[in-house]
Amino acid sequence: MKKLAIAAAAFAAAALVAGPALAGKDLDNIRKRGSLVCGVNTGLAGFSIADTQGRWTGIDVDVCRAIAAAIFGDANKVQFKPTSAQQRFQALQSGEVDVLSRNTTWTLTRDASLGMIFTGVTFYDGQGFMVAKKLGVKSARELDGAEICVQSGTTTELNLTDFLKANNMGKAKAIVFEKIEEATAAFFSGRCQAYTTDASGLASTRSKDAKNPDDFVILPELISKEPLGPAVRRGDEEFFAIVKWVLYAMVEAEEYGVDRANVDQMKGSPNPAVKRLLGVDAKNDMGKLLGLKADWAYQVIKQVGNYGDIYDRNVGPKTPLKLERGLNALWSKGGLQYAPPIR
Amino acid sequence: MANPNPTPVRAPATGAWWNDRRVRAVFYQIVFVLAVAAGIWVLVDNTIENLRARGLRTGFDFLGARSGIPISDSIIPWDPDDTFGRAYLVGILNTLRVGIVGIILATILGTIVGIARLSQNWLVSKLASIYVETIRNIPLLLQLIFIYALFGFALPEQLDPLVIGGGFFLSKGGLMFPLLKLEAAHYAAGSVFLVSFAAMIVYNVWAKRRQNATGVAPPRLLPSLAMLLLPTIIVFLAMGAPAEFDVAAKTRFRFIGGGAIGPEFLTVLLGLVIYTAAFIAEIVRSGILAVSYGQTEAAGALGLTRGQTLRLVLLPQALRVIIPPMTSQYLNLVKNSSLALIAGYQDVVAIENMTMNQTGRALEAIMLIMAVYLTISLSISLAMNTYNKRIALKER
Repeated sequence: MKKLAIAAAAFAAAALVAGPALAGKDLDNIRKRGSLVCGVNTGLAGFSIADTQGRWTGIDVDVCRAIAAAIFGDANKVQFKPTSAQQRFQALQSGEVDVLSRNTTWTLTRDASLGMIFTGVTFYDGQGFMVAKKLGVKSARELDGAEICVQSGTTTELNLTDFLKANNMGKAKAIVFEKIEEATAAFFSGRCQAYTTDASGLASTRSKDAKNPDDFVILPELISKEPLGPAVRRGDEEFFAIVKWVLYAMVEAEEYGVDRANVDQMKGSPNPAVKRLLGVDAKNDMGKLLGLKADWAYQVIKQVGNYGDIYDRNVGPKTPLKLERGLNALWSKGGLQYAPPIR
Repeated sequence: MANPNPTPVRAPATGAWWNDRRVRAVFYQIVFVLAVAAGIWVLVDNTIENLRARGLRTGFDFLGARSGIPISDSIIPWDPDDTFGRAYLVGILNTLRVGIVGIILATILGTIVGIARLSQNWLVSKLASIYVETIRNIPLLLQLIFIYALFGFALPEQLDPLVIGGGFFLSKGGLMFPLLKLEAAHYAAGSVFLVSFAAMIVYNVWAKRRQNATGVAPPRLLPSLAMLLLPTIIVFLAMGAPAEFDVAAKTRFRFIGGGAIGPEFLTVLLGLVIYTAAFIAEIVRSGILAVSYGQTEAAGALGLTRGQTLRLVLLPQALRVIIPPMTSQYLNLVKNSSLALIAGYQDVVAIENMTMNQTGRALEAIMLIMAVYLTISLSISLAMNTYNKRIALKER
């Protein structure tokens, strides 16, 4: 499915690239319109999902709000456009959305050939395993001899056989299903002892489909790299820079301990780095360099939060998804989230 | 006396040659063939052109590439390092396995139900009617989903299976059974058995001829059984009668060892057998009813029992009516097995779908699938038509 989607998107991209190029007008358009149009998932718990009141929540959704807060000073000036996996790239290429924030894996093909460019990584995902807690499994390497439910037709099944081979787990057996719903149903009915897909998908399934989510654990090993992040159209470097530095500002804020709750007190912090971030010092206006107001990062943190706030609120250990920070911890805490200095 | 059907004497062509009917007939046929050929040529040419324009590679070279795909159920050994070509073979064998076993079981069940529906026992005939009317009016796809879900709910956990005894276990992992550890004695006994089987057939042919020639029927059942079994048993015992079995044993996650039939295969097999048997039952019933009641009465007058009447009088005549529609049911069963992927059974369709997704060669993969079904279906047709010719009424 993924491959087909990429191929379809590639054709669409080729057709678009041949047409008139949209050069540098994106930010102007957004300002003129007075709101940001953000392409999100149609419904993936923890990443972007609408509740019964139609209010969107999730990491991808909060990233959109943060961008709006930086540009307009108002996190609510966002229109969310749900897109399917097949439509998503076309929606961005055609200008239907300004930014695509939809759990999309950053790959070379997408970055280089679809007329779009990734701005950073909001979630380091990877293929993982889920097992019933009562089996007492602590590591995916213990799964030799187990039956593992997997959906066919994606890179998931290839990663699985590679992992089993590399670890000499010849007695493990993959049970292959055509649709993801069939695979999860088989796993929860007890047909398989383990289920494998992207870790965020595991957490999402566990919170949604398991009778008692606490009965299942997600094993620590990730056997593939799936960095997810927002992407923008090529051709407007200013907007690209804004989106990129909004992500960095959220990470930087967490690093300096500036969060949604204490951001107003932190305005009085003597730390020059915090002062620069929050735009307190008029002589050191970082926002101007990006074409934004001086308090752009303050608005992001005040209205949406720092990276840790967003993570904990949407997918963290206290949410139904119960995902530990893992790779998504700050670099200073053993993770991969790292921001270049804001100076 | 005038010929009642005079051949119309054609008047010599008076007009131009293009008014000649024979010339026109040939002309139209040539035009038609050319039109069809042109149509096919345009389609093929267009496809090749489009594929080239999109930079898509074509050809069957991918069959030799490492597949990397997992296959859970295979008769021949499978490793993800094997090629897509071997995966294709695994798929074909899986389709054949479910098709052949399915046809045999569906025929047996269908015949029983068909005869039961004609039974004079009210309860038996009503039960058979309910079975037929219920099953053949529910889509097979739903039945497969239902059966697979039922296995998921009804069967015991894999670590706590239902112990049937003798090394048989039933759980969510399917049916596990003991496998004989093959040794020299088994191969020897097997060879002797094959020879005995041939000898038994020769004896029966001889006995039949003798009965036809002299009217005296030599005993057939007991000598046949003796010929078939005694030498095998003697050889087996003489070689020490080794009987060591490989029985499934509990491991950390599930029972491993011995033989196993997964719930995926069981689902597909059961679904196909139950569904097709309902249709076969009706075919068998109609075949029997097609034999006039006079035949039954005549058989009764000759003093044949009900069983003999069925076996010697009714069924042989009914078969002539039964075989042609039965052929199409067999074809249906094999083609319906492509629904297997609903239950996670990896038949040729499921495996070629995976191949398609991993290689992007959609056209080629579909062609491979079509080739398999065409070959299997034509083989069944050929076999059944040959059989049909043999049992057809010989007009003398």
